[in-house]
Amino acid sequence: MYPKTLDTWWDWGLWLALTAGLSLLLLVTLLIIVAFLLLMDRKVWAAVQMRRGPNVVGPFGLLQSFADLLKFVLKEPIIPAGADKGLFLLAPLVTAILALAAWAVIPVGNGMAMTNLNVGILYLFAISSLGVYGIIIGGWASNSKYPFLSSLRSAAQMVSYEVSIGLVIITVLLCAGSLNLNDIIKAQQVGVGTKLGLKSSLLDWYWLPLFPMFVIFFISALAETNRPPFDLVEAESELVAGFMVEYSSTPYLLFMLGEYVAIVTMCAMTSILFLGGWLPPLDIAPLNWVPGPLWFLLKITFVFFMFAMAKAMVPRYRYDQLMRLGWKIFLPLSLVMVVVVAGLLQYGPQVR
Amino acid sequence: MTLTAAFFYLFAALTVASAFMVISARNPVHAVLYLILAFFNAAGLFVLLGAEFLAMILVVVYVGAVAVLFLFVVMMLDVDFAELRAGFMKNATLGAGVGLLVLAEIVFLVATQFLKPGALPAGIARASPIPTDITNTEALGRVLYTKYVYFFQGAGLILLVAMIGAIVLTLRHKPNVRRQNISEQNARTKTTAMDVIKVPSGGYTIPDKVAAKV
Repeated sequence: MYPKTLDTWWDWGLWLALTAGLSLLLLVTLLIIVAFLLLMDRKVWAAVQMRRGPNVVGPFGLLQSFADLLKFVLKEPIIPAGADKGLFLLAPLVTAILALAAWAVIPVGNGMAMTNLNVGILYLFAISSLGVYGIIIGGWASNSKYPFLSSLRSAAQMVSYEVSIGLVIITVLLCAGSLNLNDIIKAQQVGVGTKLGLKSSLLDWYWLPLFPMFVIFFISALAETNRPPFDLVEAESELVAGFMVEYSSTPYLLFMLGEYVAIVTMCAMTSILFLGGWLPPLDIAPLNWVPGPLWFLLKITFVFFMFAMAKAMVPRYRYDQLMRLGWKIFLPLSLVMVVVVAGLLQYGPQVR
Repeated sequence: MTLTAAFFYLFAALTVASAFMVISARNPVHAVLYLILAFFNAAGLFVLLGAEFLAMILVVVYVGAVAVLFLFVVMMLDVDFAELRAGFMKNATLGAGVGLLVLAEIVFLVATQFLKPGALPAGIARASPIPTDITNTEALGRVLYTKYVYFFQGAGLILLVAMIGAIVLTLRHKPNVRRQNISEQNARTKTTAMDVIKVPSGGYTIPDKVAAKV
């Protein structure tokens, strides 16, 4: 479908139209999925607390997210008098655009990525590490105490947990031998299960041989996206709503959207690195007929469910405990694991 | 090809413009944000050169971590511009000297383009050829861990020393601050954590065991 060469204006036009069209399709699908995941988040949270959750708008409250969208867009945006106007409005845009930009490299099916970048995982890592800017700029530009305190907390928190995420990614890269996301998923077709003589299945995915890294990555992902139990950035009880206090209407919506898209991106990253991306859980007849994107979506939903359960069940960490966990436990542990995995791959039995 | 050229001029122009804004912006936070923009465009230039690994590392390390710390510090500082400007004339000659030196270096660098080939030793004049069959991540790894392994380890050692130095300089155990000791807390048992005190009716006395703790 894509033009092979870009010699004529016609090829250029076709290429541009296809890329724009596919990007739009991906983003619209993503946003609709995010809308329903947001509802699921609230429903899971409600179910744990034996409430009903949103149930008024539409059947079972299915349209709640869309009603919220309308509500936010129709309200009046207020910019505080003392705020740095340009940066104040730039911050939510940065958050939302960066979160969406990550999806340019994520393969939703075999080879179905907007760009099959050969440093795809580094691109994702770079984008997720930039997420801190939206928060830090928003906190500073508000020109108010609580948002500023919150943005300082968040900057330290996100930078700390990036370190362990980076090391976890390195162990997966060592096993897969590639920085390309599609190749990382393909490398998970053979593994522990096939060594035991089984067909390609969920036992081959990296969650099994790299289980400690899977746990570290999951917890670090919670911290990186400022989800409870690490939501010190928002901490309703102390900082009111953190860096978002001064925001209202559409800018607030963009922050919210960026945050949730970043969470879904982290879920996608977890499923790519550890849960085999678009691979079916068992490579047998009825299961491998199901298209890859559907498996990918199911895995994202599963990881998101775990995120939601963590939010519902775990009390918030204290700030010094958070730092201790990141620097004194996860960092040494993942560093040792990098050495162990590299050593096993080089000198041990062929566990790859 | 024309598209690559167009993107080159876009990134290059933005890099120069934002670098200029770094030194001319009145607000230090704005200056740091312009610096970040300059980093970004430099990463774009790296991508155009086909060095996508370096581009991503530039974004991860400089934009994602170093610039965040910059911003962190600058936001908390109360920069007094009048005070900064006071020393301007005193340092102007030194600054001009450094500027001229850098300018001369850039001129020499550009001038080598127009020298006859062979004027410089081959190793300096051009970069080592990039093998086309491997990705540039792999190409970097191949020279970094073989040919330049001592330099690489040396750089790592210097960074380690700097890190330890920073910790030594800033870590202070103040005598009157109660610190949390997690392993001590976890090691508490019923016998060590609880004191059953018999309080006599009519007045009270603090047992020695409790008084020692308070």
